[in-house]
Amino acid sequence: MPQAMPDAAMTAPALSLPALSLEGVTCSFPSPDGRGQAYTAVRDASFTVADGEFVSIVGPTGSGKSTLLNVAAGLLRPSAGRALSFGAPVTGINPKAGYMFQAEALMPWKSALENVAAGLEFRGVAKREALDRARPWLARVGLDGFGDRHPHQLSGGMRKRVALAQTLIVDPKIVLMDEPFSALDIQTRQMMENELLDLWASDRKSVVFITHDLEEAIAMSDRVLVLSAGPGARLIGEYRIDLDRPRDVAEIRMTPRFLQLHQEIWGQLRDEVLKGYAQTKLR
Amino acid sequence: MRSHAKRLPSRPVILLLQICVLIGFFGLWHVLTVSTNLLSPFFFGTPGAVLERTFKDFASGVIWYHLGITLLETALAFVIGTVAGIAFGFWFARAPLVSVVFDPYIKAVNALPRVVLAPIFALWLGLGIWSKVALGVTLVFFIVFFNVYQGVKEVSPVVLANARMLGANSRHLFRHVYLPSALSWVFSSLHTAVGFAMVGAVVGEYLGSAAGLGYRIHQAEGVFDTVGVFSGMLVLTIFVVAIDAAVTMIEKRLLHWRPQEAQTTQT
Repeated sequence: MPQAMPDAAMTAPALSLPALSLEGVTCSFPSPDGRGQAYTAVRDASFTVADGEFVSIVGPTGSGKSTLLNVAAGLLRPSAGRALSFGAPVTGINPKAGYMFQAEALMPWKSALENVAAGLEFRGVAKREALDRARPWLARVGLDGFGDRHPHQLSGGMRKRVALAQTLIVDPKIVLMDEPFSALDIQTRQMMENELLDLWASDRKSVVFITHDLEEAIAMSDRVLVLSAGPGARLIGEYRIDLDRPRDVAEIRMTPRFLQLHQEIWGQLRDEVLKGYAQTKLR
Repeated sequence: MRSHAKRLPSRPVILLLQICVLIGFFGLWHVLTVSTNLLSPFFFGTPGAVLERTFKDFASGVIWYHLGITLLETALAFVIGTVAGIAFGFWFARAPLVSVVFDPYIKAVNALPRVVLAPIFALWLGLGIWSKVALGVTLVFFIVFFNVYQGVKEVSPVVLANARMLGANSRHLFRHVYLPSALSWVFSSLHTAVGFAMVGAVVGEYLGSAAGLGYRIHQAEGVFDTVGVFSGMLVLTIFVVAIDAAVTMIEKRLLHWRPQEAQTTQT
């Protein structure tokens, strides 16, 4: 397996402190039956995300993509190595990070508006003011007039929009997204991707975007990192995406440069996907 | 969800059928006891006499006092049992050591038929309302306790992680995540809890008291007043149905965020 590193080094330009940098992160979990050797999800992962950069991490299923994100969020303490966010070591919840989960994370007993306002309330904003400030955010994600609905009364796409507003309202400096749109149908998904790019372009937060969909990764990001198949997944590739912005995720897929990049990255990813597939068959 | 189920008749028709069942039951009772004398009215009463007695009790106002006592005992048992159940449920769910150590004892006490405690409570607390309240509390407590324990344990880890990422401290987590989750379990067991609170009250009264519906039924039994017993049961039933309807209303208000079965309008 050739160590393809098409784009120089794995470091971002050090103009300002990187929004996120993982240094030699290894995560091992005790095996489910409580004996035998531990299961290592990720081995020795190092990468940085510059301030304002949109980075995607792709890899086959079970390659520990979410594990890396949990380390960055401070939800998981790595077995070895460490995570830094804007120069500060991440110990406990990373206060600069917002996290958009793959699974349903809205509080089902709160209305859409209350869900969006929750982060402000937790930060000590009075409930009334928090709700007032949440309203324009609901409008921004196109849910004007849906504020008093509860999550179960909204469609999957709408719930994702609420989650997006909920994450962004507290103005995190770095947004961690774990396959946020994977459960959506393709049309809704492309719409959400464009909306996310618009929101991102307006205030340039750093984004770490996890996905198993290579096209999504290329269409959205400045940089794509490739993770090998697990167990013991490593970062094996880094590609700079030099497509012009602003982009339309549906249209950009037709451009020659997109196809070229896709071919290049897929060439490396395919082997890992096949390996990952073989792994799951063994189990 | 039930799009392929058989179409049911409209609500008024169903109501009419339900009333027919009631009339049929009383009619059969009447035929067996009065018209044909197959069953002795001395042992089985007659529907006419039972209704008359019930009406008289309500009209003269005797029953209201007893109803009030039973209602007070039920309410106290429910409130005290629920508050204690929530407090202990939270404590046990958040302190694994406590929960592990006390687990067999909780199970043992819960397995104990609580009725046997009634005489002891009467001994300790006298024949007034508190011995009945205590019995009701022992019944309500465990229902609420187990539900809160479950509710706290089953909070979705993703919802919890999300709240923490949004900046929630442990106080926020309690108020915005654990409590609503636990309460939803408590409310879903509201019918059972209220029912048990009343069982505690009535059984307690039955076993020794000077007032309440259970006391009335016991008194009537003591003098072979079958009509009095049935009349007491009838009042009790009306009372339970009314309380249950009230609980359903409260439940609907408090659990409106819960997904209902998919429904479409029918024309």
